[in-house]
This record gives sequence, C-alpha cells and structure tokens, in this order.
Amino acid sequence: MKTDYEVNLEIFEGPLDLLLHLIYKNEVDIFDIPIATITDQYLEYIDMMEVLNMEIAGDFLLMASTLVHIKSRMLLPESIDGDEDEEDPRIEITRPLLEYMRFRDIAEELSEREILNRDVFARSVPPYVKDQMEDQESELDVTLFQLMDAFKHIMHQRSASIQLRFNIEKWSVKDKAKGVMAILSEKGPMFFGELFGHEKTISELIVTFLALLELIHVGLVKVFQPTYESDIRLVPCIDNNGSAADNLNNA
Amino acid sequence: MPDELKSIIEALLFTSDRPLNAGEIHTWLPDETLSDVSNALKDIENEYNSMGRSFVLKEVALGYQFRTQSRYASYILRMLKTSPTRLSRAALETLAIISYKQPILRQEIERLRGVDAGGILRTLLEKSLIRIVGRKALPGRPLIYGTTQKFLEVFDLTDLESLPKLKEIKVLSPDSEET
Repeated sequence: MKTDYEVNLEIFEGPLDLLLHLIYKNEVDIFDIPIATITDQYLEYIDMMEVLNMEIAGDFLLMASTLVHIKSRMLLPESIDGDEDEEDPRIEITRPLLEYMRFRDIAEELSEREILNRDVFARSVPPYVKDQMEDQESELDVTLFQLMDAFKHIMHQRSASIQLRFNIEKWSVKDKAKGVMAILSEKGPMFFGELFGHEKTISELIVTFLALLELIHVGLVKVFQPTYESDIRLVPCIDNNGSAADNLNNA
Repeated sequence: MPDELKSIIEALLFTSDRPLNAGEIHTWLPDETLSDVSNALKDIENEYNSMGRSFVLKEVALGYQFRTQSRYASYILRMLKTSPTRLSRAALETLAIISYKQPILRQEIERLRGVDAGGILRTLLEKSLIRIVGRKALPGRPLIYGTTQKFLEVFDLTDLESLPKLKEIKVLSPDSEET
C-alpha cells in the first residue's frame, strides 16, 4: 500500500498537477469542480506526504489554503444584495488549471516530435577534426578569480605606461558593454588581453572589465581557456539573427 | 540550374554538423545568386525525400540538415552507445511555456506551472535549450528567458512559428488575454 503512494506522489510536479490528477480520477467537469470532494482529497494527499516524510513544498500548502478558502466561500449563502454577477469563487483555480493544461498538452506534443538524438540523428564532426578547426576551441572553464587575475595582470602592465590624468570621464558600464559587444560581434572571438588594447586610462580599463563581467553574467559573452597556459578567450554568444544588441537594450 | 551547384551544396550539407541556410551557403559561393542557392536546396530536399533512403534533408532551425529517419533510431543508439535525449515532463512543460511566452520571467513561469522553476531553468540553460536574453527593469532586475537555436534543432522546428498552435481558452476568462 505504502509503496503505491510513494510511486504516485513522486510523479506530481506541483499542486496544479495533483489537482488535475484528482479531477481526472473523479471524472468531474473542470468547469464544475465539486470543491468539497476535491479539497478533501487534496488534503488527504498532503497528509500522506507528511506521513511518508516527504518534504512538502510551500506551493502545495498554498494551493491547499486556496482550496479551503474557496470551499468556505462556496458554503456562504448567496450575497445578500442578490448580486448575480458575482464570480464563481472556483474560477480562482479553474483559470490557472486551464492554462496549465494548455502547456501540458504542448509539452506532450513537443515530446512526440522527432527529437534530435532520440528519434533522428544528424552528422557530427568527430572530435579529432574539431580540434583542428580554429573556431572550435576546446574549452576549460574560467572562474571569476582567473578573470580578476588576468585583469590585475593587465592593470599591472599598463599602470606604468598610463599617464595619470585628471579629466573627468564618463564611462558607463552599459555603454561600455555595448561597445564590447560591438567589437566582439565584428571581430569574433578574441583574447582577454586584446580587449584592453585601446583603453587609455585606468578608469576606462576598470569600466571595460566591469562591462565584461556583466556581459558574462547575462550570458552574452562566454569565457574559457583553450589550454591551461593560454590567455582567456572571449566568445560572443550571438544567435544567427545577431540579436545581441537588442538583448543588451533590455539589459 | 547547373548540377554542379547542387553537388557543391550537397557536399557542404554532408560535411556540416549543424543546419545550414541559404544565406550562409551563399557567402561561401559568392558567384552564385541567392535564389539559385535556395532553389538548389529545395531541389536537394525533394530529391532526397523521394529517394526513400534512410536519411532525408530536413528544414530545421531556419536551415537544412541531413537527418536519419526515426525508424533507425534504435540501431544508431546501439552504435553510439549513448542514451537518447531525455527530458523530464517538468522540463518539457517549462520549455513549452518559455517557447510560447518568451521573453518571459522566471516568476511568470512559476505562476503558470505552480511550482519553483529554478532547478529546471538551470538544467535547460546547461543543455542550451534556453538562454538569458536580458534583464527586466524591475526591482532586482530579474532575468528574462527565451529559447535558443538549439531548441529548434532538437525539436525539429523550422522556426518558432512552426510550434504547434495553442488551444484557445474561451471559457469564463474575460480578462485572460490571448497572445
């Protein structure tokens, strides 16, 4: 008995999923949910989860309270002033359920498609050929600390040659990020050091670095090392339609 | 149309490990017109489809790619010694939501599925099926998600337009706007 429940409970992705299951199981109309029955059964499941020591996600409890709330509203007599336009309180769960069902259907349809590397296969370039292709670099992950080290190195190199100037400069990280993206889109992947080739002042260096970090953070630039010794590579992540610039505007 | 052009394009498609589109092929064959390249692609597609071979030229992710017929999947998997692409129902539902509602915030995905989406989003990002397209100008600057080119490739979709149509919800929802 218990094992049955365990199997059953595991397949529920969330409260909406459990609710749909109960609606199907009871063969009731989604537009006319017998709220008392469904609420009782829903709470039974939650109890079961507790008995089985399953961690009950807050989402399940929130739905439980919504159900109980609707149930109590259904028990109340019709509003005194006889307002007939009053919404059926059940709509609070019917609407999200319907919307969820739509996407569940779509998910089903997606999984029935001819999925690459499950149903259909395409040619793949063997790794040893890939190694020789210059734009298919083998990748080593780069950590934030490595980036900072690389930046420190550049600051160190440059600080001797950079003149101390006291002009007020207005480099905004956002503008710099756009600039960096423009350079990367135009020139393609480049080395970390190259990016800082043109910056003249320390503040500009710093803003460029901050802009780069932001770009990495939002996923517009990928960083990796081709080998352990080499300089860090920066690769723009641009889709075919070159939408990086648009993305940045939202950023 | 010269058969040589078709053969050249066929050779490129044969060697490529990703879908190629007419525009892209045109940049490598600047002496040809774009429409000749497009027509050649369609010709090759028709030829392979009528040949009854184990693979066809498929239009996918705004390009063309040679792909095997699905009935040979089990043999290929045996050879590759890999397990097939597998996505959980949660992942598929999340993908379904993102593909229709993009650009979309995590909060909205969670509202539609009624559960936390953090773990699934991470998995989908790792698999490059979704990407971060930016940040919304809201408190906390939440990330905005969208699907990728790879999503189209994996699910055999030409473009986002070719996604199955959403069924309308007409009932009792005067304020639920249809997109």
